[in-house]
Amino acid sequence: MSAVQPFQVPHEAEIIERIQESPSIYTLRLRFTEPAVHAGYGFAPGQFNMLYLYGVGEVPISIVSDPEDDHLFDHTIRSVGRVTRALANLQQGARLGVRGPFGRGWPMAQAEGRDVVIVTGGLGCAPVMSVINYVLRRRERFRRLVIIQGVKHADDLIWRERYQAWAKLPDTQVFVAADKAGPGWPFREGLVTELLGDAQLDPRNSTVMMCGPQGMMQAVARDLLSRGFDERDLWLSMERNMQCGHGVCGHCQMGEKFVCKDGPVFSYDEIKHLLAARL
Amino acid sequence: MKGTLVDEQKFLVRERLDALFRVLVEAGYTIVGPRRQDGAIVFAQLTCADELPAGVRDAQQPGEYRLSDSASPRRFSFANGPQALKPLFFAAHEPLWEAAQDQGRLTFSAVKPARQRLAILGVRACDLAALALHDAHFAHDAHYTSRRAGALLITVNCSHPAATCFCASTGDGPVASAGYDLMLDELDDGYVMQAGSEAGRALLALLPTTAASAEHSNAAGQQRAAAARQQRRLPGRNLQAGLFAQLEHPRWTETAVRCLSCGNCTSVCPTCFCNTQLDEAALDGTQAGRVRVWDSCFTEGHSYIHGVVIRDDTRKRYRQWLTHKLGSWHAQYGRSGCVGCGRCITWCPVGIDLTEEVAAIVGENA
Repeated sequence: MSAVQPFQVPHEAEIIERIQESPSIYTLRLRFTEPAVHAGYGFAPGQFNMLYLYGVGEVPISIVSDPEDDHLFDHTIRSVGRVTRALANLQQGARLGVRGPFGRGWPMAQAEGRDVVIVTGGLGCAPVMSVINYVLRRRERFRRLVIIQGVKHADDLIWRERYQAWAKLPDTQVFVAADKAGPGWPFREGLVTELLGDAQLDPRNSTVMMCGPQGMMQAVARDLLSRGFDERDLWLSMERNMQCGHGVCGHCQMGEKFVCKDGPVFSYDEIKHLLAARL
Repeated sequence: MKGTLVDEQKFLVRERLDALFRVLVEAGYTIVGPRRQDGAIVFAQLTCADELPAGVRDAQQPGEYRLSDSASPRRFSFANGPQALKPLFFAAHEPLWEAAQDQGRLTFSAVKPARQRLAILGVRACDLAALALHDAHFAHDAHYTSRRAGALLITVNCSHPAATCFCASTGDGPVASAGYDLMLDELDDGYVMQAGSEAGRALLALLPTTAASAEHSNAAGQQRAAAARQQRRLPGRNLQAGLFAQLEHPRWTETAVRCLSCGNCTSVCPTCFCNTQLDEAALDGTQAGRVRVWDSCFTEGHSYIHGVVIRDDTRKRYRQWLTHKLGSWHAQYGRSGCVGCGRCITWCPVGIDLTEEVAAIVGENA
């Protein structure tokens, strides 16, 4: 699959598989029911779709699967609002509407030949999951893969076994910390910024991709800049209210940026002037 | 290109204004223009020149709008009312697509607006400028462009700007400079007319005009100059850097105390484009329509995201509106999002004056 012109009117998609990742997080594995629509669809890591639940509404959700997986495309969703809670009730075989793909994704081409450093906080790991999958499938194109994940509480970490499996791969380092560890927690206790020192990062040959709460990304960016990173090598996935997906409805504006079409992935130098105030 | 060539000025006596209506109807246009409704001047459908608001005057102040009658035969001797051209092209309620459910299967179909061929009479220069901004913002929007296609714009230069107007300082009026098909200056005995496009030239050729006399041209020129003398002004044309340097200015908090966060300013603003999408489901559950309706950055829901409201108080919302309107628009569309129409001042229920607020924040001369 490669990036295509987004649909403005949804197409029907079927839930081929539904995975409960945690009590509040689930993954929908989807396929467009119209074979020609599915064959013509493509996306880039970091882009998102608008998922439509009949009679309820739409919600923007990033795509976590690999763009070259032409069998299915996956969305990992947290039940938190009206639409995502209702979507959680759908079972295998149910149909929903999908518009997309929207937005500018991660700088995968720029990252080739360099270390890829993934920094995530809270539950915000879904948008970078596509990057991790992308790098692992094309391992020879990238140097070291460093995955740094912070969570509030040990119970918040989904895909714990995946982190442990990645840690065993060559040229791959995994650093996980919980603000509050629990019994049997195999990782570190503390803030995500405390992990940055452990990772022995290469400031001149790394592309950093971040996602999570804005305050956490700002703290990580400040820390990395003090370690000699270039602002243009730090990439953040921003979240705002998105309804149209293509810069018309106005909800996602952050200063002069339309997060839905100019982002959701931005380099630090593109948005640093907008991060301090709550815009 | 519309309105950039120097066309010869013609003159139409007021008694023959009906000829303009006749020609437009014969060309298949639906005519929309200023009408007096519910105590305000609004754009509504017109069938003849007698329906224009003859002799009507307006008085506008922050939070105040009053119409009065005069003996003047003029039909356009008022400043803009609350409604801009916005609802004609960016509909306040626009069906986008429909979904049908049958035994669990979903089918989707696009919904297009009905074709319209509008001739809009009495457009002011500020609203032409606002329309150009919406043309840029909605350039790839099928619904807007469908409604907008083929619209004929007849501008009437403002002869009676309101106390709340400041188009001279934004550079958008009171004289139309681009984007019109036909331009009128209303005088006591009739209309100086000048085409601004091929469609306007064709229209003008069908009207019983004479060449405008030197007296008519001079009177129009003096009227234009008088209309440019306005009480209010903005401190500068590009306030983006000035406003974004003052995001923590105490004035935002002071204004938020007065602001009701009602969204009147965004409703009457000719350039505000925010809209929200929602489902309108049929009661039997077999059909659901996706529609978009006007939204406002002053609502709590505007910045809602997964359980969090980003702009969670009026201070942040007013700041968002003003920094976008006078700041971010420059980066987005190459100019300010304010055309100086003054509607947000008149229609603010507590009379917050945008020009006063911005001067307090960035200084009188930014």
